[in-house]
This record gives sequence, C-alpha cells and structure tokens, in this order.
Amino acid sequence: MRGRLRFGALLAVVCMVSLGAVSAVSGKPTQSSNTFIFAGASDPTYLDPALVSDGESFRITKQIFEGLVELKPGTTTVTPALARSWKVARDGKTWTFRLRTGVKFHDGTPFNARAVCANFGRWFNFTGPFQDASATYYYRQIFGGFKRNESTGLGKPLFRGCSAKGKSVAIVRLTRRSGPFIPSLVLSAFSMQSPTAMAKYGANQGELRGGTFRPTGSYAFSHPTGTGPFKFNSWTVGQRVVLDRNGSYWGTKAKVSRLIVRPISNNTARLQALQTGEVNGYDLVAPQDMPTIRGNNRLQLINRRAFNVAYVTINQSKPPMNRKIVRQAVAHGLDRASVVRSFYAGRAVVAHQFMPPSVPGYNPSVKKYGFDPERSKRLLRQAGLTLPVKIEFYWPTNVSRPYMPSPNLNFAAFKASLERSGFEVTAVSQPWRPDYVKNVNQGTGGHLNIIGWTGDYGDADNFVGTFFQSANAQFGLTRTGEHKAIALLLDKAEAEVNPTKRIALYKKINALIAEFVPAVPYAHTTPAVAVERRVRGYVASPVGSESYRGVSVGGQ
Amino acid sequence: MLRFVVRRLLLLVPILVGLSILVFVWVRALPGSPADSLLGERTTPALVKEYEERFGLDEPVYVQYWKYVQTTAHFDFGVSVASHRPVTTEIKERFPATIELALAAMILAVGLGVPLGFLAAKRHGGIFDHGSLFVSLIGISIPVFFLAILLKYLFAVRLGWLPSVGRIDVTSEVKHPTNLYVLDAILTRDWKTLVDVLKHLILPAVALGSIPLAIVARITRAAVLDVQNEDYVRTARAKGLPPATVDRRHILRNALLPISTIIGLQTGLLLSGAILTETVFAFPGMGQWLREAIFNRDYPVLQGGILFLALVFVFVNLLVDISYAIINPRIRYS
Repeated sequence: MRGRLRFGALLAVVCMVSLGAVSAVSGKPTQSSNTFIFAGASDPTYLDPALVSDGESFRITKQIFEGLVELKPGTTTVTPALARSWKVARDGKTWTFRLRTGVKFHDGTPFNARAVCANFGRWFNFTGPFQDASATYYYRQIFGGFKRNESTGLGKPLFRGCSAKGKSVAIVRLTRRSGPFIPSLVLSAFSMQSPTAMAKYGANQGELRGGTFRPTGSYAFSHPTGTGPFKFNSWTVGQRVVLDRNGSYWGTKAKVSRLIVRPISNNTARLQALQTGEVNGYDLVAPQDMPTIRGNNRLQLINRRAFNVAYVTINQSKPPMNRKIVRQAVAHGLDRASVVRSFYAGRAVVAHQFMPPSVPGYNPSVKKYGFDPERSKRLLRQAGLTLPVKIEFYWPTNVSRPYMPSPNLNFAAFKASLERSGFEVTAVSQPWRPDYVKNVNQGTGGHLNIIGWTGDYGDADNFVGTFFQSANAQFGLTRTGEHKAIALLLDKAEAEVNPTKRIALYKKINALIAEFVPAVPYAHTTPAVAVERRVRGYVASPVGSESYRGVSVGGQ
Repeated sequence: MLRFVVRRLLLLVPILVGLSILVFVWVRALPGSPADSLLGERTTPALVKEYEERFGLDEPVYVQYWKYVQTTAHFDFGVSVASHRPVTTEIKERFPATIELALAAMILAVGLGVPLGFLAAKRHGGIFDHGSLFVSLIGISIPVFFLAILLKYLFAVRLGWLPSVGRIDVTSEVKHPTNLYVLDAILTRDWKTLVDVLKHLILPAVALGSIPLAIVARITRAAVLDVQNEDYVRTARAKGLPPATVDRRHILRNALLPISTIIGLQTGLLLSGAILTETVFAFPGMGQWLREAIFNRDYPVLQGGILFLALVFVFVNLLVDISYAIINPRIRYS
C-alpha cells in the first residue's frame, strides 16, 4: 500500500511541477509599452548592409543605417535623406550631393563628404571574396564592376570616383549616364557606414569558405555603425536582434526606446505570436491568415502598395509563339479578371503592364487585352493554325508568393479559359525549387509559364529593364526584330538622367511591350503587415523594408 | 568493461564512415542545388554556373566527398550557404536548446510513463489499465506536429497560459553562459527566469515527449507484468518483505532494463521529432535550423548537422549499453 502511495505521490509531483509553472506565470510576455517587438521570417545574415541582399537583413539595417536618399514613407518617391539635395552635371555623369550638416554616426564619427567618399570607395575597391555575388549582389547589379574585376562575369564599373568639396558637398563621378543611379541609392545596400567603426572592427575582412562569403571581422556581427534612428545593442542568433533608440539622431527621434526583431520562420507561428501578444507585429502575412486578423478587434492589417507583377510568360523560342498574332490570341484567351476576382481576396488589381502603377513610367493607356475567346480563336485561324492549338503550360507547386498565393488555382482557371479560346493545354507542374524557376528562366519550360516579380527599388528599369533589355531566355527573346527596337529604347531610358524624359520613354516602352506581347501580366497584389491595434505610426513601404522610427506602442 | 567501451568506440569508425557517405549521397540526391534555391526568381544561367563553381559542385563527386572528409576530420563542417556562418558555431549555439528540449521531453516521458505503466500493471485488467492502454495508443498514434499545433492553440492562443514561441521571454536581459537556460537559471538562482524558461519548455516538451511517454508506459507495464510473476518476487513476498520494497527492489529494478533500451532508441525519435516541434514553437534549436537547411539546399548545414546528430545518437546508445551494467550487475560484457 505504501508503495502505491509513493508512486501516486510521484505522479502528483510531476503534474504539479508542470501545472505550477503554468499557473505561476501566465503566457503573456512582460513587455514594456516602450518596446516594439516585431517578427520577421528569419535571422539577418549579418549587419553590414553593403554585404547582404536579403529582406530580413535589410529589415534591421534600415533602422541602423541611412543612405543619401530614401523613399518617402509608403511610396516609391525618392526623397532626401543624408543628402539634402543632389544635381547632375550637363555630362549626365557627375552627381553633386549637398549633405546634411551636424550628423554623426553612432560612434561619434562625423558624417561628411569624406565619409560619403569612403563608402563609395570601399564598394569600388572591394577585392577577392568581396567581389563574389554572395557578398555584393546589389553593388554588382547596379554598379556592374569593381576597380579591378577579378571575375569574367563582371563588367565595366559605373563608378569612376568621388571627391569631397568641403565637408558638406560630395561629388560622385560615373563612367556613363545612368537613370537608375539615384533611385537605386535607396537600397539599404548603399547606406552610409562609419569609416572609423569599419576600420576598427574589421569590416573589410572576409573570406570565401566552401564557396560562401563570410565576414571575419566583428563589425558585421556586433558593431554595425550608422546614422539611423536606432543603434545596435545585441544579436542572439535564432532569438532576437535588439536595437536602442539613437538619442543623438539628427531628425525626429524614434518613439520607442527599444526595438526587438525576432525570427519566426513559420507563418502560423508568427500569427499566433501576434494573437498571444508575444510580438506587436509581423511581416509576410499569409493570405489565408488575413480573415483571422480582420476578425480580431485587437489586430489590424496594414497594406503595402502593390510593387509586384504576376505574369504568364510566352516563350517565343517555341513555335507557334514566335508569331505575334498567336501571342495576342493567348492574351485574349487568359481570363485575368476572373482569376484576380476569384483568388486574390480583393487584394489585387488586374495588371496590363509589367510594372505596378506606383512606379514612374507606368502608362495607363497601353493596349489592353480583354478576355475574348471568340477573338482568340479568330486570331489563331488568321495565323493559319488548326484548332485546337496544342501548347504546354507549366505551373509551380510548393510555393506561395505575394503575387501568386495559390498558383494551382490560377493555373486551373487559365487552363479552362484557354481551352475555351482554341487551345489544347497540356499541364506540367514542377516544384518551385529548384526545377520550375530554373526551367522557366532558362527557357526550357513550356510555351506558357506562370511566374512573377517583386521589385527592389522604385524604378522602371528594375521591372521592364530586368525583363526585356537583354536576350532573356525566359521569353525566348533574342534582341532582334521588334524586340531589338524595345531593347534599344530601354538602353536609351537607362542612360537618360532627366526624370521627365525618362518617364516619357518608359511610357512609350510600355506601350510597345503591350503591342509586342512577350508575356501577359495579370495581377499586381498588395501584401500586408499585421500589427496590434495599439501600434500607431506604422507605414508599410512598397519595397518591403521600412523605418520604425515613427512607430509607437500603446499610444506613446 | 573498459575493453567493451574501447571496442565500441573503435566500432564507431566504420559507423562514422558509413554515415558520412550516406549523408553526403542523400544531400546530393535532393533535387536542385543551393544556387537554384537561393536565387529564386533572380536565377540566371550565368549566376547558377558561378555558384556551382564556387561551391565546387562542378567537380567529380568523389573529389567533393574527399574534400568533405578532409574538412570534417578537422571538425570543420564549412559555412552555411544561407546564413554565411560556420556550421560548428551554429551547432554550438543551437544544440543546447535541442538537448534541453529533448531532456525535458524524456524526463516527462520517463517521469510519467514509468509510474503510469507500473500502476497499469499493478491494476492489470482494471479500468486504470484499460484507460492507460487507450491513452498510450492515442499518444503513439497522434503525429507530433499535430499534437504540437493542438496544444499550442489550446494553451497558448485560446487560454493564454503559456507562451507560443521561443525559448525565453524576448525582453529578458539574462546572460546564458552554458546556453542551457534551465541550468543557467539554477546556477545563478534566478528563479524568475527559471519559471519563464520552464514555461517556454512545457508545450514543446509535452508534444515531443508524447510518443516516448506512451511507449515507456506500455513497455513498463509489460515488463512489470512479466517480472512480478518471477520466482524471486514470490520468494521475496513469502519472506514477508513489505510490498513497497518488493516493488522497488525486485520488480521495478528488473523491469527498468527494457526501459533503458527504449530510452536510447527514443533519443533518435526525439531528435527527429524536434524538427517538427521546434518549427511549430519557433524554438531556436537544431531541428528548426535543419528544416530551413532542407528548403535552402544548404549542403554544409545538412551534412554537418545530420552527421553531428547521428553521432549524438550513437553515443547515447553507447551510454545506454554501459548503463546496463549499472542497472543490472548480472550483465557482463565480453
């Protein structure tokens, strides 16, 4: 009997330990309302913005660092940041930046023209492992090459030199005219960093190990030093990055004294952490979670303006798609309005061109292709084809993108509408990673393929330039014939530094692309951020990383 | 005993070679390369080629394997393709979290499973016995991730009793010298942090420990039923020993042998179950890390992480074998 009692007692103790811990402290975090806790999807890679290219790293660096220019909150309009103003010389290659005065980096180093040139010089003079795409992806994309290129894949550098004129004027000289130069400077990768801190903590030390770049100094892990509204405090990998308000910030100081960003990779886990109050907000809200958030009066959704495009590629290297009349038949055969209405829960608009309306150069009067099965059949017959025209249509599995939450549903609807329009569709599905994207981008997918794009910065070149300036295998383009005319115009627009002229050029290009039909755009979607209702001042940026300096929690 | 341990340690060499080949081949059998996974929509043939050259993926497989063996022999598992951090550093940071979770789950499984199994055997054929059999059947049948989601929804989201994510309150400023948070809190006598850490451990540990708990309970029940009819137990009772002493010294001690075997085997299950549990609870251990590595085709992380966990599994089983001798002195090793 005593033995049974002992086991009973043991069982009771185990249960009590568990329940005691439960009841002793509730699950709610002991959070100060002066702290803003935000959930991202993963840890940052590291915190030297020049050496990263992922959104989660930029989420943090955007708070610590600032560039010469930035985007007006919630828009894609370039506004002054550390540069008060800028102008380009008549040659279109010499840019003069007038800088803010009295600004200091977090370590007390003055921000001035010498610091600007030190940063441009640092990027330009990168050697060895720093020239690798895993280290300097955005520098390579925008500036093309380094002072001494060490790889055949690099081109002639855009940057020529930088000189300081006094403390507050920096002159940047380029090797060629570049329209995207200023818009691309909003990227966190081109933020100004303290030359003193970089030298002290080995920012220019790094290695390629096993094919992967990694900094070997401590700067990128524990001493990132910028001029931004928040200063680095600590980083516990897998758990949190802590930033503190910069009390000496030159502009309006951050409203919260502490910012914590924690990585939660699972969508549902992020939502539940918001529901339980363990975080004040989170990004990358899954479309299926939006009704739950809307139905909770403690929570709210904040929309990002559309900055993406979902489209169906048409591969011209696969006959009969080499004929424009057939591509136009495809455009009339895709019921885009129905797809947007049915599968985007009111969070998308039908796209008629390859850049969202918020990007300068958008042309509202391009040729539009409404769903018209009869017209589609007529065009196919005019092309001398026997109906139904057999085509392969590829779609991806295991993926959900902001511009494409449910590819299977989009595909099924498109297949049905095409089959009403004179096509016989053979469906091919492949996993998004790695097969699908590779096949589509290398032109080895189907006649038609579903894909999309989210922009990096607010410039038309980042959309139509990326797609159509070169012989892009995704569309089977060869920079000949009608495509050559478009590509040459894109070259011209890229080299144009007058914003008004550039916008006019891109409007013309968009009209030509709509006539040429290299693909069929079908949706621009508005992703969302979820935050507690007591969070005020959160303005979501279209490009995905915003400053939290205006955010307050609980009505501070 | 010493000879046995040395022999088992020597046997580790072919096991490790076999493991390294298996892991190496398996990782490369996954479709796609790190370049495809990392670049996504931004993939271009030129960039893929450049990545593959950098990762040495354009070299013959045997060359790649030899390089892998050479670096692994120096405990250098390389650098993560996704995080750009050394794999050994990440293991050092994340393994304590997984160990803490696995230990909590095992303590729960043994702490509840042994008494439950014992009581079920003592009440053989009764309601308690049938009830415990039914509950353990459910415990074995429910997938870990499903139970984790259910527990989290009920106790964290609906009732708000326990946290839903992480290992510790995110605003906590406490230092963690050993990275084993429970141990750190006990060593520093920081009881508030201890409660907080336990609070974060309960749900993942219950989810992860559910299957081992059910198995331990069933094995204990079977072993106790078996042992309590042995002659030496009858003799002990006939000698007039108190029932509790008979239960403790003669029944439970002998019944513990199969349970210790199960504990060793269940360690592997706990480590693999941690992948799902840690993902659901955003618990920053090796499980969550490996899951992300699979999606990113992060070869160095997969090779290093899996090999390391396999090593842990092999060592735990070695420890279990050694523990046999301590639990039951009749066992001798040759």
